Amino acid sequence: MADYHWPPTDKCNLIGRRISRLDGPWKSSGRIKYSYDLNRPNMLHGKMVFSPYAHAKVVSIDTSAAEKMPGVKAVEIMTEPGKEVFWEGHEVVAVAAETEEQARDAARAIQVRYEKLPHLVSDAAPDRAGEHTKQLAEQTDGNPDQMLQQAEVVSEGEYGSPVITHCCLEAHGQVAEWDGDDLTMYASTQNVSGIPGELAKANIVTSADKVRVLTPVMGGGFGSKFGADTWGLACARLAKKAGRPVKMMLERDQELMAAGSRPSMYAKVKVGAKKDGTLVGWQSESWGTGGPDAQGGAPNLPYVVRIPDRRVKHTAVLTNIGPARAWRAPNHPQMCVITMSALDDLAAKLAMDPVELLQKNIQMTGQLAKTYSAELDKAAELMDWKKKWHPRGDKTSGPVKKGLGVSIHTWGGAGHPSNCNCVIQPDGSVSVSLGSQDLGTGTRTVIGIITAETMGLPLEAVKVNIGDSKYPADGASGGSTTVGGVSSSTRRAATAALNQLMEKVAPSLSVKPEELEAVDGDIRVKGNPNKAISWKQACAKLGTTPITGVGQRQRGNDDLISSGVGGAQMAEVSVDTETGIVHVEKLVAVQDCGLIIDLKTAESQVYGACIMGITYSLFEQKLMDEQTGRCLNADLEFYKLAGIGDFDDIVVHMMTGQGFDERGVIGLGEPPVISPGAAISNAVANAIGVRVPTIPLTPDKVLAALEQKGAVA
Amino acid sequence: MTKDDDPKAAEHSSKSEEERKRGLRRREFVKLVGGTGVAATAQVLAGQKFASAATTIPEEAAPGSIGEVAGPGPVAMTLRINGEVKKLTIEPRVTLLDALRNHLDLTGAKKVCDRGTCGACTVIVNSKPVYCCSVLAIEVADRGRKPGADIRTIEGIAPEGKLHAVSAAFVENDAQQCGFCTPGFVMSCKAYLDTHKNPTIEDVKHALGGNLCRCGTYVGVRNAVVQAAMSTKGGRA
Repeated sequence: MADYHWPPTDKCNLIGRRISRLDGPWKSSGRIKYSYDLNRPNMLHGKMVFSPYAHAKVVSIDTSAAEKMPGVKAVEIMTEPGKEVFWEGHEVVAVAAETEEQARDAARAIQVRYEKLPHLVSDAAPDRAGEHTKQLAEQTDGNPDQMLQQAEVVSEGEYGSPVITHCCLEAHGQVAEWDGDDLTMYASTQNVSGIPGELAKANIVTSADKVRVLTPVMGGGFGSKFGADTWGLACARLAKKAGRPVKMMLERDQELMAAGSRPSMYAKVKVGAKKDGTLVGWQSESWGTGGPDAQGGAPNLPYVVRIPDRRVKHTAVLTNIGPARAWRAPNHPQMCVITMSALDDLAAKLAMDPVELLQKNIQMTGQLAKTYSAELDKAAELMDWKKKWHPRGDKTSGPVKKGLGVSIHTWGGAGHPSNCNCVIQPDGSVSVSLGSQDLGTGTRTVIGIITAETMGLPLEAVKVNIGDSKYPADGASGGSTTVGGVSSSTRRAATAALNQLMEKVAPSLSVKPEELEAVDGDIRVKGNPNKAISWKQACAKLGTTPITGVGQRQRGNDDLISSGVGGAQMAEVSVDTETGIVHVEKLVAVQDCGLIIDLKTAESQVYGACIMGITYSLFEQKLMDEQTGRCLNADLEFYKLAGIGDFDDIVVHMMTGQGFDERGVIGLGEPPVISPGAAISNAVANAIGVRVPTIPLTPDKVLAALEQKGAVA
Repeated sequence: MTKDDDPKAAEHSSKSEEERKRGLRRREFVKLVGGTGVAATAQVLAGQKFASAATTIPEEAAPGSIGEVAGPGPVAMTLRINGEVKKLTIEPRVTLLDALRNHLDLTGAKKVCDRGTCGACTVIVNSKPVYCCSVLAIEVADRGRKPGADIRTIEGIAPEGKLHAVSAAFVENDAQQCGFCTPGFVMSCKAYLDTHKNPTIEDVKHALGGNLCRCGTYVGVRNAVVQAAMSTKGGRA
């Protein structure tokens, strides 16, 4: 019989290797259909009318002219008169027509009257927000006042990061198609298994089992695509009214205005240490906006380095900037910028190498102290830190200054509940089915690798079925919980199926099932490779009945997975002090995530996170006009994403082997995206001698910082 | 180019009535002209881009003569796509991207920014990479006087079930995550490699500056282009 525990990595054929993603050819050939790509027979196109105001009451809606226009088949009010809208881009009416152009014309012909209400789109200072604030947390541990008073060196500063968006390249949306009372939703979602229940709750269908969600692939979510969303409900209603399928995807401007904002976070920090660098006290007053209803919660500062004596206070600013949604590692990048910038400024004041400061206080990181220490050493080696680092302010001549910065981060990443069915057919074919989804992280490939490894088969022998709510229920893909969940359930299901097969096969080899193993396409007697039958012959013994192995990852302890990772990153930048332009010359990312199933897609996650991190460090901000309350950059010209030439080298090192592999599988999507902001901001400070207080590190802010005392000449 | 079509303009519809009386609005203008005027508009739009391969609208593609009016209703046109002749009856304001995606079910070219910034819609027109969200279908159509442009989409660079060398290099180098930007990248790469046989990583940074990715696959893309260049050396793949 096969044991469900992970095999030792040196015995693995597939687990831990660099394997190309299974859906790679579908994507790079342009053949796979995303939700946005579907042209269902007789399909209509939906468009939305959305609020031009940041805060208003809908007074009246007149759709009569639109309804008479050519091609228009259905209209759906999304915000009834009398209700309020809370940001520009807030959905009000949806319309479906024969062509996309007709739907747009119709949307323009819908007359909505609004009563404008006061808005707030500035999160710069809570004391200027009047009543639009909510104190979320205030906590004191130990005696921070006394400790900061006794500290030999104290550093004070203000740091932060603004509201940014998710900016998924495939906009939010779906195709809704009815067949009688049954509804198929081709949704671009991170939560295939969860959508049916949501639609039933909203009375779109009479029961959740009437809904089928299909998402073979999806074009990016990053935390913003968990729900059916109001446009999902409206799309289903339009389709019902028209009696035809409807596709309704957000256009780019509404995508940036209304489909997800990462909460901002700023803080005034005071941090103290002894002369030798031992951290003694922390005090922070932080604030930020999570939209009109204070989503996102309060930060837990200081981040990673848990200074025992601390006072923290957090105030939410209630704004109309947009709806907060989880953004890859919610709150962590913001907390990281604040904490690691403050520690870096303190190190500068102590005239200490910031890596030494972190190492000096590494025990404050808790359980992962040894991991962090090793990761900092590895990152320093890959960056050649000791050779390249200089005290704050690049003293070399010329306008271009270079600098180094460091940051560390953490994330949980425990697997979510997951269910998997593994079927072995009498003809030898193997399939695994889960109601999970692949956001581009490599989930499909991981499931295939684990199944094939368990069966001793090549990867091509396994068919992976995901992205369909008819498959066994799985968790939403958020918080780096998917890889742990599906790895555990898949390994258990595949092992259970294999064991049933071994029971069938054992008599013919005159052994007990527990003496068998599945290796290299054979079922064979352990220690006697000659006593074997091929996989196909073994499966033929099933007669006409396939085997189903069931695997479940339940909440609680699970010896196939774990949680809690570290991670260290170092950035090397050059700053042109004449133009203020920052260029990332090198970013080193050292990351642990327990047992790695596919090294290739794991590394891609880290590369991608680093690049996303460079983007939010240097370019991203949802720019709002305070007077009108409108978003000034709801497009891709001025909502800037990094391009292929916006950085030079990225070096990724995954921590594997003893101390890591035996922990089991841990999520990876979030952790590497946390540190770039702090590492790059610290590198800029190291280069130019002064702190640019907030990211993104745009030329105007860099030039303004260069005016400060202490800046390089 | 869709900003004026934006539904949020609905709120101003009473004002728009006055505008209507005064004369044509921009969108109405675009609906009405199908000749060189539109081509010129698109040229200007495209001309704003720089450091990108995927910009130029081929001049020879501009159909019709000055004064010709097409639309605003659907008009018959013929497109030459992947070597096949496709007949369509669509409004003159329909972009090449929407014609491909909504009317021909060629959905490899993606709609992301829909205004000539991100490159997800890149197709190859007369051997040049083009943002097809910023080209009207009628501009590149065969409408009698001038032959239509040679339009190549990602579906046309390799038969179904086979991978073009560039696509294969993207798989091998994991130059894709969610994959939504990938077909645009593949087409930009292919167009570039058709004329540049030995690119360095530095060259690739410039050549692909007109395509954006949110997942951050650029490291893989850089390696994929260099590998594809090696595997296609000696001729077009």
